[in-house]
Amino acid sequence: MPSPSDPNAASHRGYLYLRHRWPTRLTHWINVLSLTVLLMSGLMIFNAHPALDWGKSSYNGKPSFFEIGSRLASDGRLIGVTRLLGHEFETTGVLGVAAGVDGRPSQLAFPWWLTIPSRYSLAGGRLWHFFFAWLLVFNGLLYLAHALISRHLQRDLLPTRQDWAGIGRSIVDHLRFRHPKGEAARHYNVLQKLAYLIVIFVLLPLIVLAGWAMSPWLNSLLPGWVDLFGGRQAARAVHFIIAWLLVAFVGIHVFEVIVSGLWNHLRSMITGRFRITGSDAATTTGGRK
Amino acid sequence: MKRLSISPQALAKRRFLRRAAAGGSALLLAGCDHLGGNESYTQLLSAGESLSRGVRSLVGSTATTLAQEFTKADLSPSFRGNGNTNPDSAEYKSLAAKGFADWKLVVDGLVKTPAALSLAELRAMPARTQITRHDCVEGWSAIGQWTGVQLARVLALVQPLPEARYVVLHCADSFGEGEEQAPYYESIDLQDAHHPQTLLAYALNDQVLPVTNGAPLRLRVERQLGYKHAKYLMRLELVSDFAHLGDGKGGYWEDQGYQWYAGI
Repeated sequence: MPSPSDPNAASHRGYLYLRHRWPTRLTHWINVLSLTVLLMSGLMIFNAHPALDWGKSSYNGKPSFFEIGSRLASDGRLIGVTRLLGHEFETTGVLGVAAGVDGRPSQLAFPWWLTIPSRYSLAGGRLWHFFFAWLLVFNGLLYLAHALISRHLQRDLLPTRQDWAGIGRSIVDHLRFRHPKGEAARHYNVLQKLAYLIVIFVLLPLIVLAGWAMSPWLNSLLPGWVDLFGGRQAARAVHFIIAWLLVAFVGIHVFEVIVSGLWNHLRSMITGRFRITGSDAATTTGGRK
Repeated sequence: MKRLSISPQALAKRRFLRRAAAGGSALLLAGCDHLGGNESYTQLLSAGESLSRGVRSLVGSTATTLAQEFTKADLSPSFRGNGNTNPDSAEYKSLAAKGFADWKLVVDGLVKTPAALSLAELRAMPARTQITRHDCVEGWSAIGQWTGVQLARVLALVQPLPEARYVVLHCADSFGEGEEQAPYYESIDLQDAHHPQTLLAYALNDQVLPVTNGAPLRLRVERQLGYKHAKYLMRLELVSDFAHLGDGKGGYWEDQGYQWYAGI
């Protein structure tokens, strides 16, 4: 039986430490819930007018730069088409035309299984969207307040001088799916820090502002502020594009979590405890040069 | 290079995750739909709307903030007509056939002096012209130039009683057929009714208001979404409460679940 004094056993099992405090864990999972509902109810709202324009209004003499629709193909089939900057792609099965709940082709931009509610309801989608938008905003403010007061932001998220110096190596490490082991895993790496900072201070505030820019009442509070986005319809496009940038972030985030220790990360975001394993963990995976 | 060796436990974990993901999304959708159909849950969701309205009153006196106005260069080449674009009631058709010469806007309800105003009378009143953006709840917008009389001027004419709180707009168009037929109506509060940009518009882009866009007269209430801008106006009724109209939510689309305050 290995005794705690046995250095090999200790480094093999490693030790648990408190990686995420409860406000971080709570706000993380509220984010998961609200961003999921916001995306799916947002796609429902988009389905009511599945086109994006750049400018002050939708009808400005220029064609939409992005559009999802359907048309009859030369062989008489109903096909789903997605148009981006004048290029048309057939997207039958997912965008434009897809199997409905009953299995029959249904002409929706985004299919029912990506939207909340799953049957077409703009009123329902708005109801869901605005409730979870408020939840996201309150949750974000709670997170920010905690991150500032507990110095989580300053201590764990702001890149250090060494971080900036090592950014090139961090990029290479990420491309090779190599992750810090041992004590180095106690800190976020520089790309991770930058990704979190961009999401927290750029993407989320911008998507909220772009959402507000679509409100005629909020427009009137300070007439013309919407033109900072390039107009109200441009703000709608920005809102949509940022939504997908957030989806991309979540995709990369979940991927990195999986390849750098799914259960360890999952545990640490639930109980707060993250396991640091010693040098032998690093050697068995060949992570060291 | 690291060699991939997957233990049976790891495979089981993967299978579990895959099933959990598929099951999770199905559950999420079914759960959301179930919740969405639940009256008390929809009421909880509408807390989001109440919060927005609360902020609106917190922001304070918004009675005077103006919607953005644009220039002729921003005008949409054609102004999209949406919803009903040609009411099919016999009464409306005969009025339209005579160029609305016999049409009169009835203004009554909780007022001192009810009135019936012809198009000529409305045109004779001081006019306001504004180039504004029309934001449809669906997500599109169009910019048009509207000319009409400020609703505040018409209200001054009929003198609302102190208990009047809303202006209800009764329209010539309707949705559905037979027993299902529901006339279009809308309602706005007196604050919006007295707003300088709230017009009873009879012209669009320097032309007589086309039927598609609500001839002979439509509402412009610029700080709210398109469905509040009732077309084909027949009668304005001042009320203290709109519970007795339609399904009691204050408008045709409100009765279908859309927000009464449509500023968001």
